Amino acid sequence: MTDLMGERTATEYEIGDVSIGARGALSDAILGLMAGDASRADDVVEHARELTDAEAAEHDDDIQLSLFLLYALSYGSLGQHGAQWEWDTRLIETRLVLERVFEAAVRERVGRLELPAPRASEVAEALFEMTKPTAGPSLSRYLARHADAGQAREYLAQHSIYTLREADAHSWAIPRLTGRAKAALLEIQADEYGGGVHERMHQVMYARTLRGAGLDDAYGRYVDAVPAITLAGFNLMTMFGMNRRLRGAAVGHLAAFEMTSSIPCRFVAEGLRRVGFGDDVAAYYDEHVEADAVHEQIAGRDLAGSLAEDEPQLLSDILFGAAACLAIEGCASDFVLERWQAGESSLRESAVARTIAGRAAA
Amino acid sequence: MTDRPATITPCPNGPLLVRGDLDIVDGEGRPVPRTRRTVALCRCGVSTIKPYCDGTHKSIDFRTD
Repeated sequence: MTDLMGERTATEYEIGDVSIGARGALSDAILGLMAGDASRADDVVEHARELTDAEAAEHDDDIQLSLFLLYALSYGSLGQHGAQWEWDTRLIETRLVLERVFEAAVRERVGRLELPAPRASEVAEALFEMTKPTAGPSLSRYLARHADAGQAREYLAQHSIYTLREADAHSWAIPRLTGRAKAALLEIQADEYGGGVHERMHQVMYARTLRGAGLDDAYGRYVDAVPAITLAGFNLMTMFGMNRRLRGAAVGHLAAFEMTSSIPCRFVAEGLRRVGFGDDVAAYYDEHVEADAVHEQIAGRDLAGSLAEDEPQLLSDILFGAAACLAIEGCASDFVLERWQAGESSLRESAVARTIAGRAAA
Repeated sequence: MTDRPATITPCPNGPLLVRGDLDIVDGEGRPVPRTRRTVALCRCGVSTIKPYCDGTHKSIDFRTD
């Protein structure tokens, strides 16, 4: 995607407030129609079908950017752009084709899982066992001890894809649940949205963190800078949340996400302060040390455990969702850590990546 | 915060979950800041944000039974 001058030759589109570059024929067509050329919708299904043989869909740039853009039409996350396309049957079909490829790739990666009995205490115990902390090297430990300010900004930019929309993906699952599991999900989500206090909403706290670190809090600003696997993390939870048949996986995903958050967030807060950022930047991570120690308990027993008791046929998907979360999030973290350990940036070469590097050097 | 009486739920190998209207005070009787409806109180003793839980019980294999 680069010419001799090192400039990206991929077509860039202005979508709302941000500029996003295509990563293949399908994402080019979707960006084109979002930017105003309705005729591009005629080709999307065919382009999607050309991607069904992709190996490792979680790393495929065209698949992951395309899914991200299609979901953005439902979230309204890119400047409320393209609302008229949300239910276009060609785009829905495209999304289904991509979701099938992506889900199959993740299921293959995760493999067979041992299932606990469908009782709340045993489901919670199994989830805590799957997610128990390990002593080895990790991205959050690297951040705590070794990262420089530029790498800390990279970390924040990588996480902006999910965290500026924090909690929204799992909120799609709320009306798809009933009874005790629904009440438990609401108890967690209400806290994610600041208990009704705007400035305590986690996504608003994260925007404050980005600004405090000298980064832009416009949603999608850093899309061009992140690899497919970062987009895959957000796409995975959105796919689980937006498909009723995958509501068990959405619940398992949230449980695993919460169970692997408090301790890493403490390391990240430590690292951000070590490289010189203030409490305004670290506050988001301080908040998550306390919040996610609460959420993980609710998620294990009251959410995942109740759902397994009330709808035992969902048990295997609850465990699949948790394992999928660990596999994809782990892969995204490993990607960043390996790049840093090799002395390289974790960001994709792009104009917006250079703005982060520029600030880091300043 | 709620009309229902406060409840305290012991989590296996983990914290005490506190829901409802209940004052949490320190050794001198001063209120401990509480920013959320449901809080988790440390009972393994190693939390860095006591009286609240920070999840560290999982790193020390804390058992409640």
